[in-house]
Amino acid sequence: MDARSRHLRSLVIDALEGGGRGHVGSTLSLIEIMRVLYDDVLRVRPDDPAWPDRDRLILSKGHGCLALYALLADKGFFPVDALKEQCRPDAMLGGHPQRGHTPGVEASTGALGHGLALGVGMALAARLQRRPSRVFVVMGDGELDEGSVWEAAMAAAKHRLDNLVALVDYNKLQSYGAVAEVLDLEPLADKWRSFGFAVAEVDGHDVGALHDRLASLPFQSGQPSILICHTVKGKGLDFAEGQALWHHKARIEAPDVARMRQALESAR
Amino acid sequence: MRQTALTMVHELARRDPRVLFIGSDLSPGVLKGMKEEMPERFFMEGVSEAYVIGMAAGMAMDGFIPYINTIATFLTRRCLEQICIDACLENLPLRLIASGGGLVYAPLGPTHLATDDIALLRPLPNMAIVAPSDADEMKRLMEASLTWEGPLYIRLGKGGDPIVSRPEAGFAIGKAIPMRPAGRVLIVSTGVMTNRALAAADLLDGIGCGVLHMHTIKPLDVEGLLAAADGAQLVVTLEEHARIGGLGSAVVEALSDAGRLKPTLRLGLPDRFPEGYGSQDHLLELAGLQPSQVADTIRKTLDR
Repeated sequence: MDARSRHLRSLVIDALEGGGRGHVGSTLSLIEIMRVLYDDVLRVRPDDPAWPDRDRLILSKGHGCLALYALLADKGFFPVDALKEQCRPDAMLGGHPQRGHTPGVEASTGALGHGLALGVGMALAARLQRRPSRVFVVMGDGELDEGSVWEAAMAAAKHRLDNLVALVDYNKLQSYGAVAEVLDLEPLADKWRSFGFAVAEVDGHDVGALHDRLASLPFQSGQPSILICHTVKGKGLDFAEGQALWHHKARIEAPDVARMRQALESAR
Repeated sequence: MRQTALTMVHELARRDPRVLFIGSDLSPGVLKGMKEEMPERFFMEGVSEAYVIGMAAGMAMDGFIPYINTIATFLTRRCLEQICIDACLENLPLRLIASGGGLVYAPLGPTHLATDDIALLRPLPNMAIVAPSDADEMKRLMEASLTWEGPLYIRLGKGGDPIVSRPEAGFAIGKAIPMRPAGRVLIVSTGVMTNRALAAADLLDGIGCGVLHMHTIKPLDVEGLLAAADGAQLVVTLEEHARIGGLGSAVVEALSDAGRLKPTLRLGLPDRFPEGYGSQDHLLELAGLQPSQVADTIRKTLDR
């Protein structure tokens, strides 16, 4: 794990410490995906978040918002200190992303299965308005249980939205336990292919590979793209990796924070 | 009424490039003229209401005004969370044109009877709910819809309903229309029940029965309600909707909040699924909501 990935995770721990709660595992699997999107791919202007021609990023798995907040703060959409206030009564950052409340947040998510349909609408709007904007929708694996995702997937292909890019944070664990046991998604790439998407798969923690995969979009002209990112839930904290119990913590206290910081230092 | 609404969507789309039409697998040829004239703003999507609301919200976030049409039950029950989060939370200008409000689809059975739509949507912040009385009023409502800021639910009647609205009364969303001044009784009605309220009032000639047409159930015209109810001994609410959560509930809540609660008779559908099929009129009769039944119930209540 390089210094930047470590730094972004330390921002997440700042937020967990400040709020005393948060989705830990579901945030940490997302860090490299969000990092590469914001560092290398998205055309956005932190000082002008409403710039009409910007690319849109919808974090459809809204419970991973600390990863989004870490990147938005790092890019200057709002002060880094705001992270420490998350979930407090007057905070700029809530336990799920809220459009209009936090600069840089494009959609209010947290109820799963909404983002891809919103993304289809935004991609259609960009086409009608002849804007170069692309729309990126980041979904969780558990989220793919929702039927509304597949309604939107069929429509994205019907409309040949090659300005729409979906990404799946496939960390193989949902709230109760293994995705394979709660509701198996396999064969996942074939499913998306059969729904009309151009599909690619990548190690979702390999920054170079993510960069290369997202360097030329769309994957196929005339088709929506999807990048299935194989990740590890809780990545970077050895005691949380692959542990369903670290999906969400409603109470995070000083000893937990110290343990997280220590684990992050030795993360590979 | 539906034809008027759809014709107006086309008309509004000609006037304003932000207007879109979205249907979910409607009947063949619907809005054919619009599809030919402006295919890029005509969308016929699949049987997928949750997706349709999200997609419309995504387009509205970038400045479009989507008019969405499908059957009322599917447009409310099926996609309530999308309406709440994607449209209402963001206060986006989605227009939900709901075919077959109330008992219109009587022969098709309970899956198609929109008897709870108002109650489902009324608690959602930012949502406005309008039920016009007839096709003429629908046209005036559609004119007003273009500039309404937030989400708007438009409840359609069966079509061919008697014209009782008057152009000189005008139309503004959120502004009730007094149809007849109150005497001892005031009937507050919405949608096509206003024509039945007027007929009931005719039968109560000696008593003095007013009619207030509350086409907008939310935001409720509290001022208009209090003014119309002033002096009435009995307020009657009349709606083609469950007695729970609809117009009657809204009126009683408003009177109570204003400290002006008075004897109120809430006429609507009982708390059970309608039995049998037949016609809208048949099911209204079973529920005691036809004009002579309404007049009788009012008389009995006054005699008590």
